[in-house]
Amino acid sequence: MIDTLLEPFQYQFVVNGMYAAVLAGALCGLLGVFITLRGMSYIGHGLSHAVFGGYAAAPLLGLPIVLGAGAWGLGSALLINVVARSRRIGADAAIGVITTASFALGVALLTRFGTKGPAFDALLFGSINGVGRDELLLLLGALLFAAVTFTALYRAFLFTTFDPDVADVSGISVKRMDALLMLVLSVSILATLTIIGVTLVAATLVIPAVVVRMLTDSFSRMLWASTALGAAAGAIGMYLSYHLAIPSGTTIVLVNALAFVVVLLATGPRGLRRAAGMDDHSDVPAVAPVAAVR
Amino acid sequence: MSTEALVRLDHVTFGYGGEPVLKDVNHVVEAGAFTGVVGPSGSGKTSLLRLLLGTEQPQHGTVTRAPGTAVSYVPQLETVNWNFPVTVGECVLMARRTRRVLPWATAEEKTEVAAVLDRLGIADLARRHIRELSGGQQQRMFIARALLRRPQLLLMDEPTSGVDVATRHEVLHLLDELNRDGLAILLTTHDLNGMAAHLPHLVALNTRVIASGSPAEVIVPDVLERTFGARMEVLQHLGMPVVVDSGAGRLGVAG
Repeated sequence: MIDTLLEPFQYQFVVNGMYAAVLAGALCGLLGVFITLRGMSYIGHGLSHAVFGGYAAAPLLGLPIVLGAGAWGLGSALLINVVARSRRIGADAAIGVITTASFALGVALLTRFGTKGPAFDALLFGSINGVGRDELLLLLGALLFAAVTFTALYRAFLFTTFDPDVADVSGISVKRMDALLMLVLSVSILATLTIIGVTLVAATLVIPAVVVRMLTDSFSRMLWASTALGAAAGAIGMYLSYHLAIPSGTTIVLVNALAFVVVLLATGPRGLRRAAGMDDHSDVPAVAPVAAVR
Repeated sequence: MSTEALVRLDHVTFGYGGEPVLKDVNHVVEAGAFTGVVGPSGSGKTSLLRLLLGTEQPQHGTVTRAPGTAVSYVPQLETVNWNFPVTVGECVLMARRTRRVLPWATAEEKTEVAAVLDRLGIADLARRHIRELSGGQQQRMFIARALLRRPQLLLMDEPTSGVDVATRHEVLHLLDELNRDGLAILLTTHDLNGMAAHLPHLVALNTRVIASGSPAEVIVPDVLERTFGARMEVLQHLGMPVVVDSGAGRLGVAG
């Protein structure tokens, strides 16, 4: 029994996959807090598809895959920001057009010319295979980049997430903060894509943050709890991936989804109420106690 | 610029690419002023606030701010996500600029936040989630956040929009106290009877400044019709103008 449980750890590729899944889960969990509270859940889904196009196009352009796909993803993110801010087209529509076009281009290029990088299936659903030193270093670097950015600019990110209009007039450059978040997001999606997969990255960004929102009313607590939940779901999901012979992205998302169901049942209406208005900016305030007229 | 002027708008015209939303606007916000800007939706009230804040620049004319003038802004309560995971203390602290790399508040910052919350009578609410506040307490929290920047001028967008009568009274009293302490306040409002009539100075705005002066000078039928495009009657009650919207007539009555 014990031998069976410990069997995966005999293989270096599984151990590497486990490290990668923990780092990827923690990274997505941390980022997810900002993404969900800003009402940008869809952008994770969209950007992962955009980066897929970069994966396909980079080798054809003679660029290293990581560099090419990263630049492609960041370019897409900034383009979405510019188009959405111009207010001539909605943010959702901008994400839909730009990222699905990039994804379609990626599929066309991979089908026509093949790939020198990760396999098509691995990009779509994630894979335990092929996690080497370079992939781990990229993940570690992305996690450190995100952690340092959010720690050093904690108050500015909190302000621009909660109240961007007032943050802007209080001397914080909301445009710069948005661009920085897009950069962190693009790097993170690039680093996690081969572990979790294009189609499933969005779930690992959204679910841990939603789960911990049901448990706490504290922003700072959400940050570390979502990071921890993402890491734990990554480890458990990767472990199950080996035993069940299912793509790692799938099992990681299913573990996250299970955590969501358990916490939802445990917290009941209170948790649901907290999570329901995560990105809502239209609540009418409560009424007030009495005061006399001037 | 006069030594008393905090911000001066001279012949300001402003728009977002199409027809200007403000044309040839002149206005001076003086130290200690307490001004309400009234006008219909789309009259340029919010654009005026943005120009005073410096987040927008005029197409023509000039906006001049006295050196060293700090301006703070309080948003409409209705635009805020009250479910956001943040406490009253954290919300106020957001406005405190810092160059520190570590995210937590210093002892000095905590003292500052406690002092401003105490000044506004909500010191005991610092650890509460913002959703748990009443309307008046929510407004006090945002004013506390604005005051943390030690402004000379406070700009408020519809501070009594969507609140009940008692909250409106509470907010009016609070603003009066702050103004008596020397803070200049400029706010926008749709509420002629509940808000504007109580203020010492009003500006009627509809793309252009229609009138500027005391409520007795601005809340008069002619100015209201030119500002809102609708005929209204004005009565006097306890020395204050009361606007009666009689233009629509009485509905639902046969014959």
